[in-house]
Amino acid sequence: MSLSAQIVNLLAALLLLIGFAMLAQRRILTLIHLFAWQGVVLAASTLIVAHGTGQAHLYFSAALTIALKVLLIPWVLHRLIDRLNIRWDVETLINIPTTMLIGIALAIFAFALATPISQLASTITRSTLGIALASVLLSFLMMIVRRKAVPQVIGFLAMENGLFFAATSATYGMPLVVELGVALDVLVGTFIFGIFFFHIREQFDSLDIRHMEKLKED
Amino acid sequence: MEIALVLGVPLAGGLLLALVGHRRWAPEVNAAASLLTFAAAALLTARVIADGPMTALDEQFFVDPFNVFLVALTALVAFTTALFSRPYMRIEQHHGRVNAARLRLYHSMYQLFTFTMVLSLLSNNVGILWVALEGATLSTVLLVSLYRTPASLEAAWKYFILCSVGIAQALFGVILLYFAAEKVIGPGGSSLLWTHLYAVRGELEPTVLSLAFVFLLVGFGTKVGLVPLHNWLPDAHAEGPTPISAVLSGLLLNVALYAVVRSKVLVDGALDRSFSGGLMMGFGLLSVVVAAFFLSRQRDIKRMFAYSSIEHMGIMTFAFGMGGPVAAFAGLLHMTVHSLTKSAIFFTVGHASQATGTQSMAQIRGLIEQSPTIGWGLALGSLAILGMPPFGVFTSEFMVLTTAMHEHPWATPFLLVALGVAFAAIFGKMQPMVFGEPTAGRLPHAPALVPVFAHLTIVLLLGVYIPPYLADWYHQAARLIG
Repeated sequence: MSLSAQIVNLLAALLLLIGFAMLAQRRILTLIHLFAWQGVVLAASTLIVAHGTGQAHLYFSAALTIALKVLLIPWVLHRLIDRLNIRWDVETLINIPTTMLIGIALAIFAFALATPISQLASTITRSTLGIALASVLLSFLMMIVRRKAVPQVIGFLAMENGLFFAATSATYGMPLVVELGVALDVLVGTFIFGIFFFHIREQFDSLDIRHMEKLKED
Repeated sequence: MEIALVLGVPLAGGLLLALVGHRRWAPEVNAAASLLTFAAAALLTARVIADGPMTALDEQFFVDPFNVFLVALTALVAFTTALFSRPYMRIEQHHGRVNAARLRLYHSMYQLFTFTMVLSLLSNNVGILWVALEGATLSTVLLVSLYRTPASLEAAWKYFILCSVGIAQALFGVILLYFAAEKVIGPGGSSLLWTHLYAVRGELEPTVLSLAFVFLLVGFGTKVGLVPLHNWLPDAHAEGPTPISAVLSGLLLNVALYAVVRSKVLVDGALDRSFSGGLMMGFGLLSVVVAAFFLSRQRDIKRMFAYSSIEHMGIMTFAFGMGGPVAAFAGLLHMTVHSLTKSAIFFTVGHASQATGTQSMAQIRGLIEQSPTIGWGLALGSLAILGMPPFGVFTSEFMVLTTAMHEHPWATPFLLVALGVAFAAIFGKMQPMVFGEPTAGRLPHAPALVPVFAHLTIVLLLGVYIPPYLADWYHQAARLIG
């Protein structure tokens, strides 16, 4: 296995670790930092793949990741929690050890699902597809078990990171126009989330999703 | 050229209305932009019928009978809804529910939403289709919460989170699709173009494609409102302004289903077609049955018709799942008549709840006495959506049922029971609202009822007689996807 493939595998392992760390994290500020670090790992692995394969557009994609997911979005989230004054601890629906156990089960499931496909991949990074899928599922789990609006959004953004990792690891990245479009959607989505937080707090005096369970079937 | 117009007009309209959307004449600008879009779509349709399928701008856009049919339908419903929204939003402003800033947001986003819809339909690139569908959520989410009530914020949050998570699954499906295509076509932009994918669909790796289809179906199916991924749909329809309910039901659900059907056609080339067809039939049937039983439990009039949309999307998904020319024809016809009928119903429902000041069905009574047109509109619209002959919904449902009896007899009892339950629920609730002791007051602006009766007339005509050129067009589209 070549050196770059080994580094990518290492970074993939880091990505999975960060995924689990986010699942276990109780403080919102640390959660945002972890999200930024996830972006760093993603950008680094994209750079390595770009270097190893000579795919020029991957450099661009890595730059986009750094600008958007390491700098801009964490900064916006920082500003938001400052302005909204919400540095409190994150509450979860299920306690953290149970969540971690479910997370481990999900990771195993993801690997089982990805194995037959990874075998078909010709890329240097094929063994990482399972990790990408596991990160997506872990973020999904995080969105389900968190009660507050901000961690749910971070979960959503982390899911997007996992998907981008899947794209680079399985296929050397999507076509540039698609990546740009997806990045635009993520950016606009983050701003709309931000606007939303203010509306929600104005209405409910809290960002607790529990207040938003009135619309039930009757 | 026509493609540029169809895409450019709503985009330019959206940008213009972002500046002037709060003016007194903004609703007219909105309607005019929608009319222009519709005219461009009509030109495009004429061109495609005459010259056959075409691509544009380095193959980034393409038009064939299947998507041009939906572009025309989308532009038509967007136009009539813009007509309806003129008096509707004026009355809302009169009642003090929206202010100038929110009206500007509303008008601008209305056009941008139309833009994302036609972009999803015309784009040849699966990735751009995905981006545009996500864009459709982003442009409507602040409209669902336009009134800023607790319930509307909750509905918008749910809509945003569920649809974003759902569509993220579809992105994974797109990545898998690209992964499979790249092996055959090679890396680069063209591996995600529908036209190229269709050309090589027999050579794509079946295991990857089957997994990709599951993700695509779940992802886009969330937007179609398929049970059990439908939770956002009734809330978003009930809490937003009524023109938005009308376009969500009339346009967004159709376009999401379009994405599912395109994926299905692709996957069928590489796999045994019973795989994708079976999945779609299962989801469709579940949606029909579950939605029908939820109908009778609703108290809010817009929620009830939202569940009816889930039911009808289920019927279409089932029809496309069965496949074959007749079922595909029926599915396309059902798309048309459902869009037209459901938006007409939402127009009357919007005015009815403005006149009575409530969306609770128990308090809406005797519409026909206070305003015969609203009353008749609701009565006829409900009968049409319930599949009473001679309306067009009857024709398409009849075709779906007979095909199902012939090919999948086990499914017919479920469909028949669900249609019966839906009939009892909607008819039983519609009757006292239309007749009975009136509770309605006067509206400060004349309601827009031309769109209602225009839609119902088209649906009626389609039930009695499908003109040969239209039938030919449906056949062409059905051949593409059957």
